[in-house]
Amino acid sequence: MSQAAAIDQQRVTDTHDADAWRDPWSLPLESLDPARAILFKENVHEEYFRRLRQEDPVHYTADSEFGAYWSITKYNDIVAVDSNHKVFSSHKNIVVGDAPDEFYSPMFIAQDPPIHDVQRRAAQPAVAPTQLADLEALIRQRVCTILDDLPVGEEFNWVDRVSIELTTQMLATLFDFPFEDRHLLPYWSDVATATPSTGRSDVTFEERNKVLQECLNYFAQLWHQRKNEPRKFDFISLLAHDPETKDMLDNPMEFLGNLILLIVGGNDTTRNSISGGVIQLNRAPEQWEKLKANPELVPNMVSEIIRYQTPLAHMRRTALEDIEFQGKQIKKGDRVVMWYISGNRDEEVIEEADKFKIDRENARRHVSFGFGIHRCMGNRVAEMQLRILWEEILNRFDAVEVVGEPERVLSNFVLGYTHLPVILHAK
Amino acid sequence: MPKITFIEFDGTAHEVDVPAGGSVMEAAVSNNVPGIDADCGGACACATCHVFVNEAWMDKVGERGDMEQSMLDFAENVRTTSRLSCQIVLTDELDGLVVDMPEAQH
Repeated sequence: MSQAAAIDQQRVTDTHDADAWRDPWSLPLESLDPARAILFKENVHEEYFRRLRQEDPVHYTADSEFGAYWSITKYNDIVAVDSNHKVFSSHKNIVVGDAPDEFYSPMFIAQDPPIHDVQRRAAQPAVAPTQLADLEALIRQRVCTILDDLPVGEEFNWVDRVSIELTTQMLATLFDFPFEDRHLLPYWSDVATATPSTGRSDVTFEERNKVLQECLNYFAQLWHQRKNEPRKFDFISLLAHDPETKDMLDNPMEFLGNLILLIVGGNDTTRNSISGGVIQLNRAPEQWEKLKANPELVPNMVSEIIRYQTPLAHMRRTALEDIEFQGKQIKKGDRVVMWYISGNRDEEVIEEADKFKIDRENARRHVSFGFGIHRCMGNRVAEMQLRILWEEILNRFDAVEVVGEPERVLSNFVLGYTHLPVILHAK
Repeated sequence: MPKITFIEFDGTAHEVDVPAGGSVMEAAVSNNVPGIDADCGGACACATCHVFVNEAWMDKVGERGDMEQSMLDFAENVRTTSRLSCQIVLTDELDGLVVDMPEAQH
């Protein structure tokens, strides 16, 4: 073979190998590394998890950019790990990659009892269901304003104009954050989650720290102000007045960590379920027709959207002791990743799990909110925003038509979209 | 078959007859009693089947378990009579049980 032919041959082999990751069925089972962020951006992760559920539901990846980790891929196994907080700890890290110690900021989602319990209890009243009932009229008014400002018959980015705008306004309300500065919230959220520990390397830990310091300073001012006013039901006031958390500002990294938790928790999640719903209804036009004919299906559809989208792909735990789990030996200190996106496609629990069905029976039975003591605190806020949004969309538009390929986020944690071009059709 | 009465927050009562052996949560869900979500399907992992057990029945239904206590720590408006209904197993002894439902499930 000539040198040129050899190089060509090599190129063919390289190209083949370079693309092999797109088809997990072509790879040796033991080599499967489903935590690579590119799998989610390129939307090829589903086949990885399908194979793992079938062939190796509790899977060990010995070598990855995040170190070794276990993947839990089946619904019931996820429930078992998630509700066993005594063995599977949330302490320090709840995503597959470890944050470097010098940038460690404690937050209650990444704590075990008792710290988790007292901090969560302090913040939770802001999003308690009975509290939300009082917010419904305000949210509806804002949804209407956002929708009424949209252009009809002309292309725009749904992510910016609706998904981000609505969740940002909701967050500003939950923090009682100055409304005119509200766009700082998604900015801080994006910087906080764009780290190498979830497979995104576009922001270094140093850059991230600088931006989050600004976030900390801004909220410290709000904290001082709220502390000197009577207690009310926003996150900052609740934390500043609760006997268990009133000194949190003395530990700025812990204050920052909890701010990030509450901002990210209310931002990246519902944002992407809002975009995801539009995409799903476009891919399944018969479901959109069914919805228009049966608007009372909106609440059920909201659960189905949250299942189908699974806005957070995973949560990670750390084993506190050696444990045999489904025949595998998990060792003390091992990383254990619960792939919610996989549990939500588990055919053994969810019939026709790959299908988006707005009238699905037991639609609430999904793992997107997690289970056990760390179950999503804002689940009812999320459901309320989505419900009101779709009720008001149905009141106004004949269709929200997707007119181009959505751009997906590069992350193994946040499953979402940066760009979703749509055209609205008037009723 | 034990009979259970579920009373909604607005006072509406639902009487159901169910075989012994299942849970109070399952009795509600299989009879379409509104107000019990049971998102986790009975794994004591979501606290969306919260009920208040009628005082007269407190001794008979037994104590909260450890995990149940942990989950109730994060439910809304918890009282001394609060239980997760997926953790109450129906026996013939519980024939006539009355439970009230909270305003909302978190």
